[in-house]
Amino acid sequence: MSGPLSESLPAAAVATRGRRSSVKTWRWGDRLAVLAAWGAGLFLCAVAAAVVLYMGYRGIQYLRPSLIFSRPAPGIKQNETGGFLDPLLGTALLTTIGIALAAPLAICSALWIVEYARDGRARQLSRVVESSIEIVAGTPDIVIALFGVALFQLHAFGFLSTTGEGGGVTGQSFLAAGAVMSLIALPPIFVATRDGLQAVPAQTREAAFALGKTRIATIRRVLLPRVRANVATGVTLGVSRIVADTAIVIVLLGDTLRFEPASSGLPVLRLLRGTGASLTSYVFDNSPAGEAGAPQKAYAAAFLLLVFVVLLNLAVQRIGSAQARSHGLAAGGLA
Amino acid sequence: MLSRLRAPWPDSRAARLLGALSLLTCLCVIGMVAFVAVNAWPIFRYNGLSWLGPGGSIKTQIETMLASSGHPAASVFHLRAWPIIYGTLLVTVLAVAIALPLAVLCAVFIVELAPRRVRRVMVPVVRLLASVPSVIWGLIGVLVLVPYVGNHLITNSERDSLLGTVQLTGASLLVAVVVLALMIAPIMVALVCDALAAVPSSWREGAAALGVNRPRAIRAVNLRAIRPAIVAATVLATGRALGEAIMISMVSGSFFFAPRPGDGLTFFFEPLRTIASTLVDYREGISAPALNATLYALALLLLLSALVLSVGGYLIKQPLRRHQVIA
Repeated sequence: MSGPLSESLPAAAVATRGRRSSVKTWRWGDRLAVLAAWGAGLFLCAVAAAVVLYMGYRGIQYLRPSLIFSRPAPGIKQNETGGFLDPLLGTALLTTIGIALAAPLAICSALWIVEYARDGRARQLSRVVESSIEIVAGTPDIVIALFGVALFQLHAFGFLSTTGEGGGVTGQSFLAAGAVMSLIALPPIFVATRDGLQAVPAQTREAAFALGKTRIATIRRVLLPRVRANVATGVTLGVSRIVADTAIVIVLLGDTLRFEPASSGLPVLRLLRGTGASLTSYVFDNSPAGEAGAPQKAYAAAFLLLVFVVLLNLAVQRIGSAQARSHGLAAGGLA
Repeated sequence: MLSRLRAPWPDSRAARLLGALSLLTCLCVIGMVAFVAVNAWPIFRYNGLSWLGPGGSIKTQIETMLASSGHPAASVFHLRAWPIIYGTLLVTVLAVAIALPLAVLCAVFIVELAPRRVRRVMVPVVRLLASVPSVIWGLIGVLVLVPYVGNHLITNSERDSLLGTVQLTGASLLVAVVVLALMIAPIMVALVCDALAAVPSSWREGAAALGVNRPRAIRAVNLRAIRPAIVAATVLATGRALGEAIMISMVSGSFFFAPRPGDGLTFFFEPLRTIASTLVDYREGISAPALNATLYALALLLLLSALVLSVGGYLIKQPLRRHQVIA
């Protein structure tokens, strides 16, 4: 349907904005459709405002500095169970491990697919890599979590988590959960980096090659600095995926109240091989659906979580607009 | 050796290293399917494919599995999972049916109708909605919507009509569907917006030149042009909805029950379980061998449907790529 319409009419001759067609000439169906579109847009705004304002209200009501800085404790009443320092640090730890694994992998994949795998068998392989990343992006996180348990319960991976009394590997630890988290953080980093690389004009590379640089040198000196903002966007999106995920934490991190380091080993490694919690799993457990049932603390932790998510969103937007300013890329678009 | 590594790398070595790293993701996907399938095998071995069908009470079947240990007898593996498969389909279809018109209208609003200032607010709002963690949706659902439905919408006669079968607390199909629709709508809005924004403006100008008014032109030109993108967005959102575990586990009552359409309006207030929420609810039963196999069989079902949906979404988008409507 592209052909005749778009080619035969000179675009400049058509004034779409200049004189507005009067609403009075519209049919009722059209008026209703426009009204419904406005309604839908404003409805989504209202939902977002309701979520943020309600969580903000509850957060201000229940969040106290003492909750952030005290460790959780076993107890029956809500004033005995402490705060959520451990879950907070757990989220930070998981994010660090996940991004440390996902970012290099995603960036290398994007570089290989855009810069190297251009023809022949490599091209076909790169298609396979791209579609498998797409599959990972579409897989439910609970399924990825169950895969992680099956994988890390193998005896070969016993060093990543703790071994139970019967000789069975638990498969639950910060290392295992972080490694699985890297899978869900990988797709956004990969897509952002790939799109950034594809947007770099070919003559930039050709100029570098003409100066005698190899591809890898071009990547290091020319392309990577150029796509830094894209990588930053991708990493931020990846961080918000990890921070928001619950299923992987409750299945793979053991979901214990406090940090429970492994019984032996180097100090830091013990912590990493041990179990813990994250903000999301803390909210889940303290909601009426979980075991603890302390809704006030769930609200407080959820408010903190939402603040993180909003900040990460703002960061993505800042990076995007800064990039648009410096490169003259068209701003807008959503994904 | 070290000096060789420090010297500028030849391209062939760099290509091999980057290629090898890229293939790790493929390995992960293959490993994922393999591990889940191997763990699910006992269910297929003892039930064939009939575990997907109806029959018996899934509650007693799961409880038998949970109680068994060591090397369970073949009868323990008996499973008929239709109630939760039905629950999954029900929640997904209803949520997508609500989210689809909402998302398309909202995308049209953002791209075509909204004044620039409103649009500048809408884009971050949709982005924020898309990134609200599912546990927060679940928390709002279980602490705000569930009590509201339980106290104000469910009448006593409805409660009595199901006395003895199931308790109507407010944790219900209705809350699950509404919250799920709100969760997947922003994702669809984002995809449809991108496609709408990529429709060449000359197409609409052509329509305007022919004397077509704005709402007509949007419907006849822009929405028609992006039909494949709408389908692709629906497919992607369906995948998300199928896999949503935490939120549904929190608001749907976690009760083995298949809502009965014959109950009239009460149908919407009945609790249910989906595949994903069952996986969350029984995550600790993973150490019981029979239940372990059941959980992985359900996970395999989710994994395969997600696979089909992502391949389907990819194929549907191809005609748009050809016309370069999608960047």
